[in-house]
Amino acid sequence: MTRARFAAALLSGAILAGAALAPVAGQAEVESEDPIILTIHDWTGQYVTTTIMGEVLKRAGYNVTYQQADYIAQFAGLESGDLHIAMEMWETTGKQAMEASLATGNTVDLGETGMQAIEEWWYPHYMKERCPGLPDWTALNDCAEVFSTPETAPMGRYLGGPVTWGGFDDERAEALELEYEVVHAGTDAALFAELQSAYEREDAWLGWIYTPHWAPIKFKGEWVDFPVYSDACYDDPSVGVNPDMAYDCGKPRGWIKKVGWKDGEAKWPCAYEAVRNFKIDNESMGNMIGQIDLDGQELDAVVGDWIAQNESVWSEWIACSR
Amino acid sequence: MIDPGRAPMRFWLLNSMWLVAAAAAAVLTIHGKLLPSATTKYPRGWQLPLKGWISDLMKWLINDATFGLFTFKELTRSISWLLDWPLQFATSLLSSGFLYGQGSKAVQVLPSLSWIAVTAIAVLAAHFAGGRKLALLVGCCFLYLAVFGQWDSAMITLSSIAIAVPFGVAGGLMLGIAGFRWPWFRRMLTPLLDLMQTVPIFAYLVPVLFLFGFGPVAAMIATIIYAMPPMVRVTMLALQQVPSETIECGRMAGCSTRQMLWKVMVPSSLPSLMVGVNQVIMLSLNMVIIASMIGAGGLGYDVLTSLKRLDIGGGVEAGIAIVVLAVALDRLSQALARRPTPEFQSERSRIIVARFPSISIALGVILLTGAVGLLLPALQRYPAALEITTGPYWDALVSYLNINFYDEFEALKTFLLLNLLVPVKRFLLGLPWPYVVVLLGLAGWRLGGWRLALQVCALAVFIVVVGLWAKAMITVYLCGLSVAIAALFGIPIGIVAAENRRVGRIVQVVIDTLQTLPSFVYLIPVVMLFRVGDFSAMIAVVAYCIVPAIRYTAHGIRQIPPHLIEAGVATGCTRTQILFKIKLKLALPEIMLGINQTIMFALSMLVITALVGTRDLGQEVYIALTKADTGRGVVAGLSVAFIAIIADRLIASWANKRKRELGLP
Repeated sequence: MTRARFAAALLSGAILAGAALAPVAGQAEVESEDPIILTIHDWTGQYVTTTIMGEVLKRAGYNVTYQQADYIAQFAGLESGDLHIAMEMWETTGKQAMEASLATGNTVDLGETGMQAIEEWWYPHYMKERCPGLPDWTALNDCAEVFSTPETAPMGRYLGGPVTWGGFDDERAEALELEYEVVHAGTDAALFAELQSAYEREDAWLGWIYTPHWAPIKFKGEWVDFPVYSDACYDDPSVGVNPDMAYDCGKPRGWIKKVGWKDGEAKWPCAYEAVRNFKIDNESMGNMIGQIDLDGQELDAVVGDWIAQNESVWSEWIACSR
Repeated sequence: MIDPGRAPMRFWLLNSMWLVAAAAAAVLTIHGKLLPSATTKYPRGWQLPLKGWISDLMKWLINDATFGLFTFKELTRSISWLLDWPLQFATSLLSSGFLYGQGSKAVQVLPSLSWIAVTAIAVLAAHFAGGRKLALLVGCCFLYLAVFGQWDSAMITLSSIAIAVPFGVAGGLMLGIAGFRWPWFRRMLTPLLDLMQTVPIFAYLVPVLFLFGFGPVAAMIATIIYAMPPMVRVTMLALQQVPSETIECGRMAGCSTRQMLWKVMVPSSLPSLMVGVNQVIMLSLNMVIIASMIGAGGLGYDVLTSLKRLDIGGGVEAGIAIVVLAVALDRLSQALARRPTPEFQSERSRIIVARFPSISIALGVILLTGAVGLLLPALQRYPAALEITTGPYWDALVSYLNINFYDEFEALKTFLLLNLLVPVKRFLLGLPWPYVVVLLGLAGWRLGGWRLALQVCALAVFIVVVGLWAKAMITVYLCGLSVAIAALFGIPIGIVAAENRRVGRIVQVVIDTLQTLPSFVYLIPVVMLFRVGDFSAMIAVVAYCIVPAIRYTAHGIRQIPPHLIEAGVATGCTRTQILFKIKLKLALPEIMLGINQTIMFALSMLVITALVGTRDLGQEVYIALTKADTGRGVVAGLSVAFIAIIADRLIASWANKRKRELGLP
């Protein structure tokens, strides 16, 4: 367990400086003193949910550490027990990997977080004047010229997410006969860098934006209204606007779930129950992400405020520890 | 771009005339569409399912492989357990303090070294190794870390470097010695080293994670694998170059084999070995961004998260902190290598403090700041109120450029895209693979005989049969153009740097920065100014791979024997003639090796460019990483390595041939 201890040491500078030294007297007995390892990824929202969960578990008397791990690659660790809890697995991007992992029988689905993931084609607000038909998707073709760049002209340009995110944008453009070239950003950092640049100049921009995230808070804009998603639309070509092709609709809006190492359930039953009970909504998440990424507040302070103000909420999660 | 002298050039042209003819034929056939489509697009049905096999092998290694008493995974896990100890000690010492207990319930028993103590140790070490000037430089570097609020992260990075480097150096030294002793081992080692240096790190991150677990140790192991090869190579070379007189002297003194190695050969090749140490340090610091992706934390993590928030200023400051750390460690290690052996002192002072002044002062500072730091926190931790930041200026600068000069950038980009990038890409993607394989074979045969031809062809065919031909060609296009541009700018800069001492010094600082500043730092502003796409990727690749082009050119020109230049002056050559007819001609083999390294650097940037959406082998490796698909990553990684090896072998053979023709050593 030296590694776990070390992980705490590693992060102590950033998040746990105070917590690692904080006195933990007067707490309930817990099933095991071994640290529960929560994974953190590279986006703020996930950092917030994980820190909230970690702080709540600490208040229930558990020993908690955080370990940085890749969103998809972490499943190897969750299956082997190197890692224990992952707080955000999005239906829209992580469903396949999660199902594959659950099928091994070494991980367990810990239920939804209450947040809803929205991912869709998005444009800044000022584009509405230049393309009056928006947000209806049928207006996109009339404005292809507006959204074009020298490399794509006369086609419009749509900046999709990294190929690893999936999303079927190439198929969507084809099925809906959109005169747009789908360009893939390699990372979300590149995606938002381009948006920021265009937004500063009030330049035309159309790309993949998702929420809960700081981007739709920082930048004013709207999602394109595509025909509503259904499973049939993706699976059955005959369903939808285009009778011959699938993917002729918008993207699914979906759950964000928690996943855990299976054997951990027996080791820390109450902690796992607390994780199952974890619920938060898009709005409070959006506010916290905004405070951190836009107003530059410290993550610990923002999470601390939430913990202080919502004691009635989280104390219910850990009811079993009393 | 360079005229290496007319006569040999004509000779070379004549010789390669039929190569050109073959290339022309290839072009004609593309336009004639005479060839079946299978030659440009390798059929899926013929592909070798190598990725599946590798993934299965990996699964077997993790789940079933056993040595009887323990399993393979237990072996690798115990290695990481062992490596965890020193790493944990270093982190405790430098950043977290010594803890008792685990997780969030740990209690600090002893504080870490205070920022003043760490700075003092660094300065004293610098003073000991290189005098007052170096002490000042190193002191400034560490003060930067404290004043700009990078201290905590920098110490996490420093502690992992401080452990990774000795392991890399010791491991490299052992392998190098073994390679020097036993020729068969060397023959086995050389291709392995080529692979270690050219397979993109992302390709083996997944297996490393599986085998060594998640966390800083796995990141450190990946760092060691990446940083060790130069040490191995340098060790083998240095031991070979020990003068025979020295060895004979040792023999006369009656040294045993072991004494010969450790008391004679290793000490006498120490200056060369230190070059290897220096490379290990630099490469380890190169890895910090990627290591932070799998859990190393520290400065790399700060760069990554800042840029994900588009906090460019934060990213730049953390990035510069990495450069600063690299500069301090590099100069320190170089000074240690150059330090003359201390003369024998017949009368040693009786007082211990007087005998080891530096160590005594250091210990004093550690104890004093540690004790007083308990009462006065400013001595233990640099006070946050005194930290300064330049972050907002960087953000404002990028915004300013974006708002005021975007149209100019856009025009430049569009021009280059339409007239250079797109045509080259189309051409390369249209080439039928059998032609390329045959052409490479011919080139190999001309330059190095049938053995080289066979090797080059086999490597190229591998890329074809695993079904990555198209992505490999995009790789060649992106790297090829970047290398050409880097050479176009880098070689003249190198010439100027060699001719003019002052310019040379400035250039040195710039290329050191370019080499150690994480490319992600400038990649995001580049995307803001040039959008996602091949052009942005190319800028990032050029910025990184121009370094060896400059360095080797300058080195090549500086090392020309002065009597040759004097001879030129004596025969009445003009300055231009001296430059073109003597200097460049003689430096050409060195410059070609620089180009060779430029190609290697360009290929090593591939994975980073995948982060801005290129569709090359780098992307394939990156996808494999995010999907934790071992086989896919390894196959794509090998393909990158093979492109590198093909380029390396051909250029090295050519450079050797030229060297022989010019009668250079």
